[in-house]
Amino acid sequence: MATQGPIHDPNAALDPMIDPQTGEYAVIAPGHNFKSVTQKIAGIVLTADTPWAWTGGLFLAATVALGVVIGVTWLVLKGVGIWGVTIPGAWGFAIINFVWWIGIGHAGTLISAILLLFKQTWRNSINRFAEAMTIFAVCCAGLFPLLHVGRPWLGYWLLPYPNTMNLWPQFRSPLAWDVFAVSTYATISVVFWYIGMIPDFGTLRDRAKLPLAKAFYGMLSLGWRGSTRHWIRYESASLLLAGLSTPLVLSVHTTISFDFAVAAMAGWHTTIFPPYFVAGAVYSGFAMVLTLAIPIRKFYHLEDLVTLRHLDNMAKVMLTTGSIVAYGYGMEVFMSWYSASHWEFFMMWNRMFGPMGWAYWILILTNIAIPLTTLWSRKLRVNVGYLFFLSFVVNIGMWFERFVIVVTSLYRDYLPSSWGTYRATKWDYILFLGTWGMFTFLFLLFARFAPMIPMSEIRMMLPQTKVHHPGADAEVVTQEAL
Amino acid sequence: MPVHEGVYGLIAEFNTPSELVHATEMAHRAGYRRMECYTPYPVEEAAEALRFHKTGVPLMCLLGGLMGLVTGYGMEVWVNTLGYPLNIAGRPLFSWPAFVIPGYEWTILFAGLSAAFGMLAQNGLPQLYHPLFNAPNFRDGATTDKFFLCLEAHDPKFSATETRVFLEGFSPVSVVEVDH
Repeated sequence: MATQGPIHDPNAALDPMIDPQTGEYAVIAPGHNFKSVTQKIAGIVLTADTPWAWTGGLFLAATVALGVVIGVTWLVLKGVGIWGVTIPGAWGFAIINFVWWIGIGHAGTLISAILLLFKQTWRNSINRFAEAMTIFAVCCAGLFPLLHVGRPWLGYWLLPYPNTMNLWPQFRSPLAWDVFAVSTYATISVVFWYIGMIPDFGTLRDRAKLPLAKAFYGMLSLGWRGSTRHWIRYESASLLLAGLSTPLVLSVHTTISFDFAVAAMAGWHTTIFPPYFVAGAVYSGFAMVLTLAIPIRKFYHLEDLVTLRHLDNMAKVMLTTGSIVAYGYGMEVFMSWYSASHWEFFMMWNRMFGPMGWAYWILILTNIAIPLTTLWSRKLRVNVGYLFFLSFVVNIGMWFERFVIVVTSLYRDYLPSSWGTYRATKWDYILFLGTWGMFTFLFLLFARFAPMIPMSEIRMMLPQTKVHHPGADAEVVTQEAL
Repeated sequence: MPVHEGVYGLIAEFNTPSELVHATEMAHRAGYRRMECYTPYPVEEAAEALRFHKTGVPLMCLLGGLMGLVTGYGMEVWVNTLGYPLNIAGRPLFSWPAFVIPGYEWTILFAGLSAAFGMLAQNGLPQLYHPLFNAPNFRDGATTDKFFLCLEAHDPKFSATETRVFLEGFSPVSVVEVDH
């Protein structure tokens, strides 16, 4: 991910964060050693005085998260009729939000798994909280289809298990595939995340002062002691989990796109959906990583570890996946004409110029017009304020993408006599907003009580890790060590 | 578990991975076998010096994945053809392409869980107590910035005095005796 070419900023040559040989931002600020990175990251967790802003943020997030409590309670009492879903728009916010949240989660897996396989070591700084983001996003996502089934307390009927009713799931339905894909994704993400944290919990156990903290992190670390044999098996397992998560993350959003693509609806029944959904998922996910990383690095003064290089690289990934998404949009328009299908043609006309055409143009503006014109500029890619703004723009755009896909195909389908419209109710909004609060609440708890940046992996990126061959230059070794 | 008493081993503390790898290599050449390095991050050179190459984790992962595939796919076929046959729009009961995704997901699920829990099982974790935690300097450094070599007492070559002299020859920060 190296940017070629000269730097246009004349002051850049003086910037200590820029490597003079490559013109590239350093992944980690120079001057760090094993102890300093450990102190920096462990200090955030082990500090006795919790920042007041954290407490305030947690309180605010908890308040917003009450939307979930209230929204779900009222839903259970009244039924899904309180939502805007009806015929013909039977899939409303529930499915939009489900796809949106789970798409956000995908960037975490991409960073932790795919970039690990490609040996992109810069990912080490951001992979832990991106994985946390994945898990919390999947928590929010999973809520929606479960509630949408109408009687969530019978949700376990979706699972295959022997029962006295002699009923089994019907495996030819994409909705049954979803259950398997999302539950596997949630499980493997949690396992990968936890396995990754075990050595860091060991560090926290050893550095904790309070007996309660020692016991807490001691339990979580499972007695990790950094034995070399353990490390080798651990690395082997991490690599295998990365290798398994890679096809998993691609399959999850593919399966979700099958929920649409398998149905014989104009606008849904297309073969481009799987790759286009996966790219869109990664696009929105990286936007969310930026939304989280930018305030965190500022608030916890982690600019040395989450550097401009990371932001630049993430912006490049967004540029790439955003371009794939733009290709997907273009291909949808092209195929609605080239297929010579009357229904496809009408669907696209209706999507663009029908009563809900405004949603399509918001999507084009926020997913394509704004990001894909500006992200080419390196200056903007390392402009923290702009990226923060852009991350919101893209997430709004990706939400509207799902809105457009779900709603415009459904509300005006084949038979004009059955046309209707879709209007979300206040309960739709309350629950959606509530999941925002829930996500933030969980993320703030994570930031306070777990190591946000993998310490063992950051240590591996430091120059001190270089092993000199024994015997040959023993004196040089000791001098360098000092 | 048998009751252990007495000396567990001697641990030498080093400041750099190079010194650790050198000492480990020399200890291996001197004939020590029951030994282990402890580092704050994976040091592959230390594993080489210990002559530790193969792990059983990939095999466990493979077996788990195959088990998941057979379980998942087999269950789907049984459910949709024998257990609870349903005619969905006249499509064949054995609709093999439709069964691919859940079978695929369970392959990954079982393989991932086998890799993770297999790794923990092979490492003997969780193990909340270990004699090394008794060493006063171990917990200060082993998970932060120090590198330890432990020569264990049940090695036939181990001797509380000679092994200490041997380890001190590498000018470590300290050599500490660890009790069970």
